[in-house]
Formats: sequence, C-alpha cells, structure tokens
Amino acid sequence: MQFSTRASDTEREQAPARVEVDTVPEGGEVVSSGSPWLLVARTFAQNKLALIGVAVVLAILLFSFVAPLLYHTDQLNPNLLDVNLSPAGGHPLGTDSEGFDILGRLMQGGQSSIEVGLAVGLIATVFGLIYGAVSGFLGGTVDGVLMRFVDIGLAVPVVFLFIFMAQVYKPSLTLLIVLLAIVSWLIPARLVRGEALTLRTREYVQAVHVMGGRSWRIIIRHIVPNTIGTIMVTVTFQVANAILTLAVLQYLGFGLPPTTPTWGSMLSDGTTYLQDGYWWEVYPALAMIVVTVIAFNFIGDALQDAFDVRLQER
Amino acid sequence: MTGYIIRRLGQAIVVTIGVTMLTFMLLHLLPGSLARDVLGPRATQPEIAQFVHQNGLDKPIYTQYWLFLEKLIHGNLGYSYQFNRTVNSLLASDLPRDLVLGGASLILSLVIAIPVGVAQAVRRNGALDYAATGVSFLLYSMPQYAIALLLIQFLSISFHVFPAEAPQAASVTGMLSHPSALVLPVASLTLVTYAQFSRYMRSSAIDTLAQDYIRTARAKGLPERLVLWRHLLRNSLIAVVTLVGLSIPYIITGTLIIEQVFNFPGTGLEYFQAALRNDYEVMLGITVLVGVITVMGNLLADIGYAILDPRIRY
Repeated sequence: MQFSTRASDTEREQAPARVEVDTVPEGGEVVSSGSPWLLVARTFAQNKLALIGVAVVLAILLFSFVAPLLYHTDQLNPNLLDVNLSPAGGHPLGTDSEGFDILGRLMQGGQSSIEVGLAVGLIATVFGLIYGAVSGFLGGTVDGVLMRFVDIGLAVPVVFLFIFMAQVYKPSLTLLIVLLAIVSWLIPARLVRGEALTLRTREYVQAVHVMGGRSWRIIIRHIVPNTIGTIMVTVTFQVANAILTLAVLQYLGFGLPPTTPTWGSMLSDGTTYLQDGYWWEVYPALAMIVVTVIAFNFIGDALQDAFDVRLQER
Repeated sequence: MTGYIIRRLGQAIVVTIGVTMLTFMLLHLLPGSLARDVLGPRATQPEIAQFVHQNGLDKPIYTQYWLFLEKLIHGNLGYSYQFNRTVNSLLASDLPRDLVLGGASLILSLVIAIPVGVAQAVRRNGALDYAATGVSFLLYSMPQYAIALLLIQFLSISFHVFPAEAPQAASVTGMLSHPSALVLPVASLTLVTYAQFSRYMRSSAIDTLAQDYIRTARAKGLPERLVLWRHLLRNSLIAVVTLVGLSIPYIITGTLIIEQVFNFPGTGLEYFQAALRNDYEVMLGITVLVGVITVMGNLLADIGYAILDPRIRY
C-alpha cells in the first residue's frame, strides 16, 4: 500500500553514481571494524529508534503469542448477553458487538495480523529477490521482458481487483497471504534487479566468469549475498505494508470468518459504532496497527542506514 | 534524448496492452454468469443462450479479448447492463467530481509537503524536523480510511464543524456550492497523500543540499535565502515531477477508499457499487482506465525528469 520511493529510482540507477570523497584527517581515528556484520550491528545499535522498534516488536510478539496463555478469553462463541460493554474490571478493554473480550481479541488479532505480515514479507521478498537477481544478472532482452512483467503488475490497480475478488471468493487467511504476496513481490524484484545490474559489472563477478564459474553460481554466491542489505530492509517494510494493506482490504469488504479476527477486521467492525461512542472498539485496534507499523518502519530505516556504507562515514 | 523517449514510449505501449490483457483475463476467469445476472433468475435456457450468443460470450476468450480491445481503442469502455448506460457516460459524470477531490488534495499536499520538506532538510534534526517526521510516520502507519474516520470523529461527531458526508450534487458547480461538505474528504485525501510525499521531499532536499553547486553558491557569498530559493527549492522541484507521476496509482487507491468512507460520488464509489451488483463491464472499464492512467503517469514522470534534469542521459 505504501508508495515506495526507492522503487522509483530504477531508471536513474544507470546514471553515474555520485562519489562522496571524505578526506580522512591525518592520523585520524582508526577503528578496528571487525566483520562487516559487526559494523552493521554496531550502527544499528547506536540508533535509538531502531532499538525502540525492536523492543516494540518483541513486546507485540509476546502480547500476541504468549499473553493469551495467561489471559484466557473465549474468542469462539459470541456472548450476546455482554455486548458493547465499556471497559471495566472483568473486561479491561470492554467487549465488542458480539460480546468478545476486546483485550483477548487484540491478542488473537495480533497473531493473524503478524502471521500475514511476516508470511507476505518473506514470500514476496524471496520471490522478488530471485526474480530480480536473475533479471538484472542476465540483462539485455531477457531483463527487458522480465521487467515489463513487473511494470504490468505494478500498473494493475490491485485494490480494485481485490474488491472484485471479495465479492466472489470466501477468503481464508491462506488465500489472503497468497494474494498479498502475489502483488507484493514486484517492488523487491525491481530493487534487487537494480543492484544486480551494477553488481554484474564488478571485477569479482567478472573474475568468476573468467574462472569458468556458471551463472547460477554467480547469482547465488555473489549477487544475492551482496543485496542482503536491500533484502533485509525490504522485508521489514513489506511486513508493515502487508499489515496495513490487510486492514484496508478488510474495510473494503474482504472479510475473514469471525473465528480469525485481525486488527483490521476489529477496526473496521468497530467503526460501525463510531457514532455510538464505543471508542474501545475502535482505538485499541487502530493503536496496535499504528504501533506495529511504526516499529517495523523504525527497524527498516535503521537497517537502511546501517547497510548504507556511504552514510556511515558521515 | 529522442531515442530514450521513443524507447520509453514503446515500453509504455507494451505495458498498457499487458495491463488490459491481465485485467481482462483475471476478471473473466472469475465465476459468475453475466447472462444470469442481467436476465434474472426466471430467464429460460433459450433466453440465456440467445443473450450469450448476441453478446459474443460463447466465442473463445481471445476473440472476446480482441473485441474488447477493438472497442477500447475506439474509446468505448463498455456497457453497464444494470444501468443500461455506457460506462463512458457513467464516467463522464464521475470523473469531473474525482478531479475536484483528487486535484484539490494533490495541490494541497504539495503546497504543504514541498516547503515543509525543504525546511526539514535545512534545519535537519531540529524541532520542526522531528515534529514533521513524527506526523508523517503517524499518518502513513494508519490504514487510509482510519485518517478519514479520525477526522469524522473529531470534526463531525464530537464537534459539529463539518458534515461527515460528501456533497451529493450531480454537477461540479453543485458540489462546489457546498464547500463545507467537501472539507473532510479533501482534508483526508490530502493527509493520505502528504504522508507519501513528505519523506521523499525531505530526503530529496537533503540530497540536493549536499550537492557541490549549493556549496559553490554559499562560497561565492550568496545570501542563504537566495541559496534556498534559487538552488535548493528549484532543484528539489525536479523530484516533485517524479513523485507526482509515480504516486498516481496511490492517489487513485486513496480516492477509492476516501470516496467509500464519505459516500463521495466518484469513480471509486462507482467501482465499489459495480462490484456489489456484479456489473462486470463497469469494473473492467474502470480498472483498465486506472491502469492506463498509471502507465501514463509513469511515462510522463520519466520523460519530464529527463527533460528537466539535463545531467541525466540515458
């Protein structure tokens, strides 16, 4: 859902990169940098927002997957005697229009929301990575054809198609994950392709060529590992995007059965009662979405900075 | 330059054809019978057979696609069997209203995002930078409809400042004569769009600020005000061209959601209602139109970028 500004840069990547030459002062600090991973980890850890993001994501994971073991609620059978109760002792966050305890439902909704987010993020990125790496590495006509498919996919208005499908199919969590993954791999594919285009001209890749290394070896051993920064950043943003898109789709009628609540379905159900002042049916779910998405974005931004060697020198 | 434009144009045509093909196939493969929908449950088998034959639904799918494409080239987007009107005539009344909503929001979000982005870059890590970054984080971490719902909650339900429903007038002048009812839809879409623009504007202004010509301008003693106006702002505006062109699909999706929330009589709502009543050709027509607009937006962004920034040669 989120419009990615990084993806737009593919056409410009062919332009000569700006080279930043920072003069190192004579006898300046010489730091033992250790492994590149250590450097990345160190930069990441220096970023306060990143640490907040990680802490929040951990807290949300605990809340969604561990807290239900301590806080038992019935999220299967509607309790029509206790509908729309405001927050009070027995129900810390009240109940919804079916009598489900909101706090317990937030936990369960968190499970499915995070599952969708992670699954979509991983599937889309892995597929986009392979597609982009192959396309960028082969270049030429193959690249031209493969990238047109990506262009076509990006130009098809996804939400419009989803609305149509919502009228036809009874969606399940798996179907949603598959559909979201189908529309989400395009941007990672573009990003990785852009990097692969420059990587394949590097000396070490050419050296493998000269030594008689096969194409798949170059792709797997040299191109893919060098795009790891992009990949990790993309996964994080994709998780956040998938959670958001899921919420939007559920508002537009892509409803899951009530046995699989998500934060999005809670929010869109709750908005029906906005006028009645049942704020507890709206804002807790909204807050969960916002906090989760922001946390993943913090992590993504920090990873981006940590992997960007150019920025480290500044 | 000419070569680049021609190549880019060729790509756009290929992608447009791909979009029509993909949309046609996807909508076509879904279950449901047009004849049954149009003729009703009491239609007899011969009647259905006659309808299917008259409308060419018994032809092979590629022939149907070809006929569809032929109509499309002549500007015929299809026919709404439910309304007995052409899709063109439906859109002729919707699109001007969309332009009011989309145009006003686009202009407003640029008017906010450009100066704020430049100010953020100039006073990087200052109070304003943090505040604006925080706001944009918050805005784009929300599902788009939640922004609209919050505005409705506070400005319409809690305090009766603006109505929660968009003006329902048929004509554009009729809509503009109820400006107070336009405030919330336009404000929502502005915030949705601003959330996408703001980070991009900030980082683009920061990139520009690091350029040599800014250093030169300062070194030759140009007052900071002129450096900002003549060099920073102007060069950051180049990025705006790309930004607007590429964010068109995003704005259209935003329009769809905002129209749904405010019952705004535009193309988005038209699509939504068409989906509810299985009006297949309306959906197909609108989806293809949106896809074509997206491709055109990308094309104009790339060509505009190449023209505006003479340093870029492809």
